[in-house]
Amino acid sequence: MQGCERTLGGIALNAEIVAEKPVQGTRPSRRRSGTAIRSFKKHWQLYLLVLPPVLFFLIFKYYPMLNAVLAFKDYNVIKGIWGSPWVGMRNFRLFFENPIFWDLIKNTIFLSGYLLLAGFPIPLLLALMLNEVRSGKFKRLVQMVTFAPYFISTVVMVSMIMLFLAPRLGFVNVLLNNMGLDSINFLGEPGMFRSIYVWSDIWQTAGYTAVIYLAALSGIDPTLYEAAKVDGASRAQKIFHVDLPGILPTIVIVLILNVGNVMAIGFEKVYLLQNPLNLVNSEIISTYVYSIGLLNANYSFATAVGLFNSVINLILLVLVNSLAKRFSNNSLW
Amino acid sequence: MATMKRTIRESSGDRLFMIVVYTILTLVLIAVIYPLIYIVSSSISSPQAVTSGKVWLWPVDISFQGFKTLLATPQIITGYGNSLFYTAVGTFISVALTVMIAYPLSRKTFFGRNALMMLITFTMIFSGGLIPTYMVVKELHMIDTRWALLIPNAIWVWQVIIARSFFLSSIPEELIEASEMDGCSDLRFIWSVVLPLSKPILAVLVLMYAVGQWNAYFDALIYLKSADLFPLQLVLRSIIIQNNSSGLMDAMKMVERQQLAELLKYALIVVATLPVLIIYPFVQRYFVQGMLVGSVKG
Repeated sequence: MQGCERTLGGIALNAEIVAEKPVQGTRPSRRRSGTAIRSFKKHWQLYLLVLPPVLFFLIFKYYPMLNAVLAFKDYNVIKGIWGSPWVGMRNFRLFFENPIFWDLIKNTIFLSGYLLLAGFPIPLLLALMLNEVRSGKFKRLVQMVTFAPYFISTVVMVSMIMLFLAPRLGFVNVLLNNMGLDSINFLGEPGMFRSIYVWSDIWQTAGYTAVIYLAALSGIDPTLYEAAKVDGASRAQKIFHVDLPGILPTIVIVLILNVGNVMAIGFEKVYLLQNPLNLVNSEIISTYVYSIGLLNANYSFATAVGLFNSVINLILLVLVNSLAKRFSNNSLW
Repeated sequence: MATMKRTIRESSGDRLFMIVVYTILTLVLIAVIYPLIYIVSSSISSPQAVTSGKVWLWPVDISFQGFKTLLATPQIITGYGNSLFYTAVGTFISVALTVMIAYPLSRKTFFGRNALMMLITFTMIFSGGLIPTYMVVKELHMIDTRWALLIPNAIWVWQVIIARSFFLSSIPEELIEASEMDGCSDLRFIWSVVLPLSKPILAVLVLMYAVGQWNAYFDALIYLKSADLFPLQLVLRSIIIQNNSSGLMDAMKMVERQQLAELLKYALIVVATLPVLIIYPFVQRYFVQGMLVGSVKG
């Protein structure tokens, strides 16, 4: 049916082209431009429809990429972005030579590396365990409750952390005091910052991520379980030999996305959890860009730092994706 | 019958395994739900009970003083109103724009769909960065206007991908052909066939964008300066995280004020999260659906 329609269309459009102008150029290109003209004529309403969204992407996503030339300029408010003088790689050099450079890299990688190591296996374990539960009610209850924190906003999440861990009134410290221990100023301890960030993140998103794995688990061919049962496999063996291989593609995709985003760790929560005491460990690239760029109005330098981050992230994503493609045949593109 | 068979066959190793699984899951359940209950209980306890650490699980000396004070605070009411506005208008704009691009991208006869799709997905993995985007918003004179929260982040690429794969799989080719035969225009077809058939995906889009808008604070932080435009999340940040409770209560004794300030934080969290958590149990299945549509590659 489809093929039929395409053939008919192809013939009709060839006739049209031939009638309009003498044949020139190669055959495929003629065909292609013909398809375009026909599509424009037939779907002009659709083209009209995509216009506003396309403008959105050009203005708010692609135009900023052009504006990123700021990184190679010395921004001057009066002259504007394009009138400001070029300075080549000076902003990048300044950044690389700045002692804070290695601190930022270290903090960014340590924080997201910790998040990756702890945050990757837990949702997977949760999904595998939930998948074993036979009581539908209990399963639904656990799923619903663990999914709920996903809807809590970052501001509320950080508010909760601050209330619970407050030095005097927070219930964690009250509990410590009751056990005869001294209070700890959790948010003032630089060494605690990463754990607080990572474990609250897991609390918030493990249930959400587990849903992805559960969906993949439900797609496993049931005959595999029956075969395993006939072979006398225990529950644990079924997990290792049926469940895990069955959802491997999903695991790889989630892992690629996680590793690829190592440098892009979110600004929002880190910024809210920051205070002068824990800044040694909590200043990451994105928060640094914000404070240098928007608070100190050092636009060019901040753009250079941000661009450096984006490029590293892009390289990382492409690299991880090609590695995954080579070793497991699963990839994003 | 089947279950009986299984219980008989279950080895002692498997039984132990299941005991471990149930124990761990129960612990997980408690770990997730306890902080939530604690917040709600604290918010309806008396200020003294909260500050003296008497609240552990259930409310102590139930009082609604916290909520009453919140209702009497203009800052909170303005923030709430603003958040409702941003959520309603922003969600409408976002869903409309998303459908406008996702549907044409799902049509096989739409020339340039692959190029357009690449153009869009590329923005997912690379961006100009914070400052260059800020400059664009500034050039458009959107800084410190409501538009800054409605337009610059109106379309999420992920939502476009989800909507597109829904249209691809749920609008049969035959329907399109039949409508073309009848001389139905593309817009008419979208309005009277596609949209009525796409209620599940529309629900997903509305919910995800709405929750995203309601919970957002970053755009407001960088683009807004006037306090009367602030969404609730920013008000929350200033009161709880920056500990700015001065505007809340004026004529009160120091001690009472401190106690009430603590209580207010809990009440605020409840007020800010309630709209989302109340609708959550009813809409959870749409969310799961949306995620599953999105996780189908292609």
